[in-house]
Amino acid sequence: MSIDESTAAHVAKLARIKVEPEALPALAGEFNTILGFIEQLNEVDVEGVDPMVSVTPQGLKRRADVVTDGDQQARVLSNAPDAREGFFAVPKVVE
Amino acid sequence: MSKLNELGLAEARDALRAGETTAVALTEACLQAIEGADSLNAFVHKTPDLAMARAAAADERIAGGDAPAMCGLPVGIKDLFCTKGVASQAGSRILDGFLPEYESTVSQNLADAGAVMLGKLNMDEFAMGSSNETSVYGNAVNPWRRDKDAAELTPGGSSGGSAAAVAADLCLAATGTDTGGSIRQPAAFTGTVGIKPTYGRCSRWGIVAFASSLDQAGPMTKSVRDAAIMLEAMSGHDPKDSTSADLPVPDFEAALTGDIRGKKIGIPKEYRMDGMPAEIETLWQDGIAMMKDAGAKIADISLPHTKYALPAYYVIAPAEASSNLARYDGVRYGHRARLEQGDGITEMYEKTRAEGFGPEVQRRVMIGTYVLSAGFYDAYYNRARKVRTLIKRDFEDAFAQGIDAILTPATPSAAFGLGEMTDADPVAMYLNDVFTVTVNLAGLPGVAVPAGLDHQGLPLGLQLIGRPWEEADLLNTAFALENRAGFVAKPSKWW
Repeated sequence: MSIDESTAAHVAKLARIKVEPEALPALAGEFNTILGFIEQLNEVDVEGVDPMVSVTPQGLKRRADVVTDGDQQARVLSNAPDAREGFFAVPKVVE
Repeated sequence: MSKLNELGLAEARDALRAGETTAVALTEACLQAIEGADSLNAFVHKTPDLAMARAAAADERIAGGDAPAMCGLPVGIKDLFCTKGVASQAGSRILDGFLPEYESTVSQNLADAGAVMLGKLNMDEFAMGSSNETSVYGNAVNPWRRDKDAAELTPGGSSGGSAAAVAADLCLAATGTDTGGSIRQPAAFTGTVGIKPTYGRCSRWGIVAFASSLDQAGPMTKSVRDAAIMLEAMSGHDPKDSTSADLPVPDFEAALTGDIRGKKIGIPKEYRMDGMPAEIETLWQDGIAMMKDAGAKIADISLPHTKYALPAYYVIAPAEASSNLARYDGVRYGHRARLEQGDGITEMYEKTRAEGFGPEVQRRVMIGTYVLSAGFYDAYYNRARKVRTLIKRDFEDAFAQGIDAILTPATPSAAFGLGEMTDADPVAMYLNDVFTVTVNLAGLPGVAVPAGLDHQGLPLGLQLIGRPWEEADLLNTAFALENRAGFVAKPSKWW
């Protein structure tokens, strides 16, 4: 499996990271080095082996489905790059 | 008594309880050492006023007879831990200006135990790196140098600032986090002790997430005893982290008898890597001799899937990172790119993340995105998770044979020069974690103990791997190793 420039551009798009076209060949090269390393996993016989879900064999705890917190609007918004009238502000989404 | 900042946690605690010093004096000594150590670039956000206030409060608690384990002991906190009102950037530009409204459980546990935070410590961006060279703050520098040259060396990574600060006596101890070796490799590079506990022992709540199924916090200290004291203070069940274990936390320090007679120590043949320097092999053999000398039995064991641990890690960790780091979108906190006329929300995401993430983080997020994408999920991500099951099974088989702990080298080399790996491909840097990453994949506790110096006078560490939840036993074995290794060397002060 080899990654070409158009695949690298597609992955960058999926990851929402802007990559300039002139940076794509080097990026594709790095992906191929890393994926080449990862390909070693194909040597392993994984027939009948379950993929690991949790590293420690313990069930997740349950709790009552109740409100435990709230009324923290100012603190929630305190780090926002742009907050207005109690909301996070973003560029126009709907055309 | 040596200078106050040169003390370990246990010595300082005993001196405080005996009334021989004060938390304020200890804190002042550390703050002074920090002021003179900017060339190490270990402390990246200093909090002297907060530290002095906490020290004064600690002295009052001590005077009042209420002195918990860490009361009055000055420590550094890795930048990955969210600390209320104190910059917490995970070494990244994308969290520039972020001031958490809350405190991570581990740093809160330490504060509750009376510890005094001196400031935040340098690290690789989002803990992705093995040399502290991916940090937005610039490199942290190892206080150790080679005998005959003044080249700046890496303190390791990702907890490089923590390791440098402890080794240079800027603090008594520090917190680290370990996803693939990020506590144990820097500890080995700086002649300090670092333990990654069993997955679930320390709460991950409030620690900036890298790879959630692998991340664990742990202490970085000047001795095994100090590691026992600090790990106990950091540990405990936390309802805010669903993977935090609801198990009692033992008295780790009380377990340090140094008696390991009859314990069975496994030596895994797969850790004898091609091209491993002779010095590392010699160190390992010395460690085996020390374990024998302490009365332990040595057994050759096999962990057959060791070779596949790094490739599995470089699927699983980036996959989880790509998901965790999706939250950095320029909306709720941190950096937002300046937009041009007509830019919409997609441009905002793409420009923000391109400006905010450094090259290594971008690379890992994109690799993670790729291995999780339609058509590759089974071939890469599911296969890696199956291999992870096999790696954990290797350890379970060894423990089922009666092995109490496993002894390995901590790193494949001593600390290397900053910039030395710049032109190498990314995989060459990843190989630093070859001996440590298996432990994260299996969720086990692992500890790095300084055990010797190489031919250039640089520290080398050995790693002990223990059974799940048996940190007490593991620390005791590490204590026996530490006693016999007798590592007392310190870096000569040049900074």
